[in-house]
Amino acid sequence: MLIKSLEELNKVKQQALEKVKIRQHRDAVQTNKNILVCGGTGCLASDSDKVAKNLEVILKARGLSDRIQVIRTGCFGFCEQGPIVKIEPDNVFYVRVGPKDAKDIVDMHLIKGSQVERLLYEDPQKKEKVHNQEDMTFYRKQLRVALRNCGLINPEDITEYIALDGYQALGKALAQMSPTGVIDVIKRSGLRGRGGGGFPTGLKWEITGKQENSQKYIICNADEGDPGAFMDRSILEGDPHSVIEAMAIGAYAIGAHMGIVYIRAEYPLAIARLTNALQQARDTGLLGKGIFGTGFSFDVKLKYGAGAFVCGEETALINSCEGKRGEPNYKPPYPAEEGYWGFPTCVNNVETFANIPVIMNRGADWFASMGTGKSKGTKVFALAGKINNVGLVEVPMGITLREIIFDIGGGIPHGRKFKAVQTGGPSGGVITEENLDTPIDYDGLLKIGTMMGSGGMIVMDEDDNMVNIAKFYLEFTMDEACGRCGPGRIGTKRLYEMLCKITSGEATMADLDAIKQLAYMVKDSALCGLCQTAPNPVISTMKYFWHEYLNFVQKEDHPHQEGKYASKNKTGVKS
Amino acid sequence: MHIKIESGRKHTKGEKYKYKHENIGDINGEINSDLVGPDKKRINVRINDQDLTVPEGITILEAAHRAGVKIPTLCHLDLHDLQLYNKTASCRVCMVEVVDERNNRNKLVPSCVTKLQEGMAVRTDTRRAITARRMAVELLLSNHPNECFTCPKNLECELQSLAEELNVREIRWEGERMTYPKDISSDAIVKDSNKCIYCRRCETACNEVQTCGILSGIGRGFNSFVGPFANIPMVESSCTYCGQCVQVCPTAALTEVYHTDKVWEAINAPGKYVIVQTAPAIRVALGELFGMEPGTVVTGKMVTALRRMGFDAVFDTDFGADLTIMEEASELIYRLQNGKTLPILTNCCPAWVKFIEHQFPELIHVPSTCKSPHIMLGTIAKTYYAEKMGIDPDSIVMVSVMPCIAKKAEARRPELTKDERNNVDISITTRELGAMIHEAGIEFAKLPDGEFDSPLGESSGAAVMFGTAGGVIEAALRTASEWLTGEPLKEIEFEDLRGMDGVRRAVVKIGDKELKIGIASGLGNARHILEDIRDGRADYHAIEIMACPGGCIAGGGQPYHHGNDEVVKKRREAIFEEDRNKKIRKSNENKEILELYKTYLGEPFGEKAHELLHTHFEERERI
Repeated sequence: MLIKSLEELNKVKQQALEKVKIRQHRDAVQTNKNILVCGGTGCLASDSDKVAKNLEVILKARGLSDRIQVIRTGCFGFCEQGPIVKIEPDNVFYVRVGPKDAKDIVDMHLIKGSQVERLLYEDPQKKEKVHNQEDMTFYRKQLRVALRNCGLINPEDITEYIALDGYQALGKALAQMSPTGVIDVIKRSGLRGRGGGGFPTGLKWEITGKQENSQKYIICNADEGDPGAFMDRSILEGDPHSVIEAMAIGAYAIGAHMGIVYIRAEYPLAIARLTNALQQARDTGLLGKGIFGTGFSFDVKLKYGAGAFVCGEETALINSCEGKRGEPNYKPPYPAEEGYWGFPTCVNNVETFANIPVIMNRGADWFASMGTGKSKGTKVFALAGKINNVGLVEVPMGITLREIIFDIGGGIPHGRKFKAVQTGGPSGGVITEENLDTPIDYDGLLKIGTMMGSGGMIVMDEDDNMVNIAKFYLEFTMDEACGRCGPGRIGTKRLYEMLCKITSGEATMADLDAIKQLAYMVKDSALCGLCQTAPNPVISTMKYFWHEYLNFVQKEDHPHQEGKYASKNKTGVKS
Repeated sequence: MHIKIESGRKHTKGEKYKYKHENIGDINGEINSDLVGPDKKRINVRINDQDLTVPEGITILEAAHRAGVKIPTLCHLDLHDLQLYNKTASCRVCMVEVVDERNNRNKLVPSCVTKLQEGMAVRTDTRRAITARRMAVELLLSNHPNECFTCPKNLECELQSLAEELNVREIRWEGERMTYPKDISSDAIVKDSNKCIYCRRCETACNEVQTCGILSGIGRGFNSFVGPFANIPMVESSCTYCGQCVQVCPTAALTEVYHTDKVWEAINAPGKYVIVQTAPAIRVALGELFGMEPGTVVTGKMVTALRRMGFDAVFDTDFGADLTIMEEASELIYRLQNGKTLPILTNCCPAWVKFIEHQFPELIHVPSTCKSPHIMLGTIAKTYYAEKMGIDPDSIVMVSVMPCIAKKAEARRPELTKDERNNVDISITTRELGAMIHEAGIEFAKLPDGEFDSPLGESSGAAVMFGTAGGVIEAALRTASEWLTGEPLKEIEFEDLRGMDGVRRAVVKIGDKELKIGIASGLGNARHILEDIRDGRADYHAIEIMACPGGCIAGGGQPYHHGNDEVVKKRREAIFEEDRNKKIRKSNENKEILELYKTYLGEPFGEKAHELLHTHFEERERI
């Protein structure tokens, strides 16, 4: 099957639509059904593949294989409750499904038509089973744009992606739009980089596009490394074609013919799905020479990251792509001017890319209608920590943290009190009760001392000690620092050691003062974003939870002695 | 047009924007044209209280330097003449504050890589910048051994002087320090990673200038330091021991293997006849270690000092150089007249020899087979001289003073230490000799001039030229030319062969023959020439290669230039001065050399000469 024009693409789309329309509730009286089984890394780890196999075996035994298909999809986001099995078009959402439950799903639900009560999700507030996914609070306030196909299509089948408008945007861009036209749409949409920095994507494309160089590159940054974050992995596992299509669109816009996905080697499933998708795209002519019958050629290769957090920084990533030591360079020059092997290079994050085709299809105005003044569209967050509904959520910009944590996230388990939430991963800061009603956008979060980051969101309850939290993050950045600059190499280490000194009860007030100074110095002086933001958890917890630091410092300070001597005198040390 | 810059004034209230306008672009015709760009656009900026006009593209550091504002640096290195630029911006010692009044958000930036832009206002003297700079050094010191007293770089260490300059009085951050074992595996370089401040100068020198690719960052975060791949011992790496890394290391993370005590031991051992020889480049640099101006020629004082130290004979490696020329010029003529492998490559530089062995083993037959001058002199001392003077060769200890670290390793090469009889027993650097003179309590500056001992002390101006890039080939041509034409040479100085650029090509007319000459200094430049030879793109007749950019005057064993390439230039001028002042300027006119051939060696490039003065090379692996 070769697709050489929009007409041919539409032909494939029409055929494939048959397969997926059941899942879109277009025909409720259908006797045909789809069983969607989550094939994301989380659910696979709790045997979702066995669930799928059992379902297939039982369906075959019952003679239902013709009208009921088992589809292995990408992540549904509700990882806390996995493995997830969903029955379409009934829109019934089963949670924590084990291989042994397959029989009941087939016999009770699919044959007798009665839902398997024990596998239904129970609303933690109302303590009632939820019979239709629409009634699940976890999904009600979500708006899935980047994750639109995750948990809906089979990521290993390109035709399912095509059925849901896949590759339409690329086809239209190549056939009907100029590169500047494409850039203009992205600029007007207001899309900003989802990897953390929030740089306007359209502007980045424009700058790269303007460089006069016949050789340019587009790179997808899939080196997701924030603790607890797995947005990019889910997109690549659940909807790899959206990223490939977006890269091709970006390449056309900036004038590149080669793309690289820099993906961490610890994501074997994402790598496998992406590799498969790339092959399918090549086989159908959607990658390669003369795409859509035009003169545009583009292909993508994979480069595996070896597990260095700092390689998520674009200059470090490019160094790593070139086979050099993964450490950042001083900017400027920015990659848009001098990137991969010195050629203009555009680096975008997975989630940013996932938004591109849908913006192209539905228009810049549609996208810009979501969100706040300077932050448009949606953002995916990975909810983790002390929260009921751990998982992946996508919300419109401007939603409040309170809505995410209490409505979508279902609040704090065991009736404990909310204390703080950390956004922006190790680069961000804590947000306390008083700021929970801040609308989430890039600038709003910066104002309250944290940042959007790539979307990690870790909730802490009253049992968590904030100095320990700061220590946890600092240990992470200290380990992940590349070592290139002094403040990053030694400064983070000393900060961590000082925090250990505090939590072991050996610190004095003078130490608290010193740590503050050091934190600001590292922020001021480190070479790249990783270590410039590394002290943020310390600065932010000091700001909001100063008393917790004080609790660790010895009660009876020796005013006649300088801090460092007092600290060596270990008498009376305890909080 | 010359405009004098007034020193910066602190502004008083109301006077804030009334400053004298300065135009730095014009007063500095010498500003690196690469930085200015072809259009030489000017921009207006302010540094502290001075309004300045500067060329576009200039860094804050450079502009500040020219405006008389000092900003401390550590990792930064800009050796234009040696083509070494370290711009890692990693030490964060040169942080300055960029004023952003509009957003009310001033920013600290590294001045070494941040380029000035139109309207930019920079302050180098704010509390924030000063504190950040001092803390950057404090942090480095918190992970640095506190052993300045016994450190080989004591009072030569750039970190140490920065600590003083930035007023560091205590180190507030106590904690873990690096504890790596010292690498003393090689005969030339000691690597003490605990003193590595990760400025990466060595890495730049090793990879970008020398293209050896030995040193690179290892480990990550707090544990990072510079070393060979997988931190294998230096001796197992393909290191050429050129010592450029040692020359640029700001601390003592990379130093030479110290042999001073071995030399004292030999001098004081009964029954030993200890001979010392000094390379051409020593006499123009040694004075720097005693507070003299770079480029001061101290040959006579050096000889006196060596004699007072107790050496039994003080010889000049220049004699060995003259001998090398006799052999090399003969070999060149032999190859020219017999249709043998051309070009001929000079091989006095042991780092260069090791480079070709590791990096271009397929070209191993190209270099001349001559031993290097100090090895030749060692051989002759233990044969001809011993015989002539009636000394037991086994009692001779040959010490060579070299501007070089690689010579230490060369002296240990198996083929040059045959039958337990070393050609050269101990090789020390200029710096080590300086330390020994200090140690002996000799007031160098007040010494009277002495003369080298005979018979291995006489030398020509050609031999002195060995100390600088282009010198060996010029020396060889002076002799080869006379031999080829049979007439005395009128133009002694081959100006086309001189200069500081890394690769030079020249055509020299000798009689009716045109000789195509190539000269490369710096192994990166050598690589280009070797690739040309390997791929058949070169038609040279003779090529001189020196591993160190600029030649031996900038060798790894010379007094530290501390990032000032003017020092190297002055040494170079001094070499030419020495050549001009010599009575004889061609090796083939050195009477002691002629006597040696007549009474002992026979013909140049003859059988005995082959046995004693020639060697062979080995194909080696590249790691």
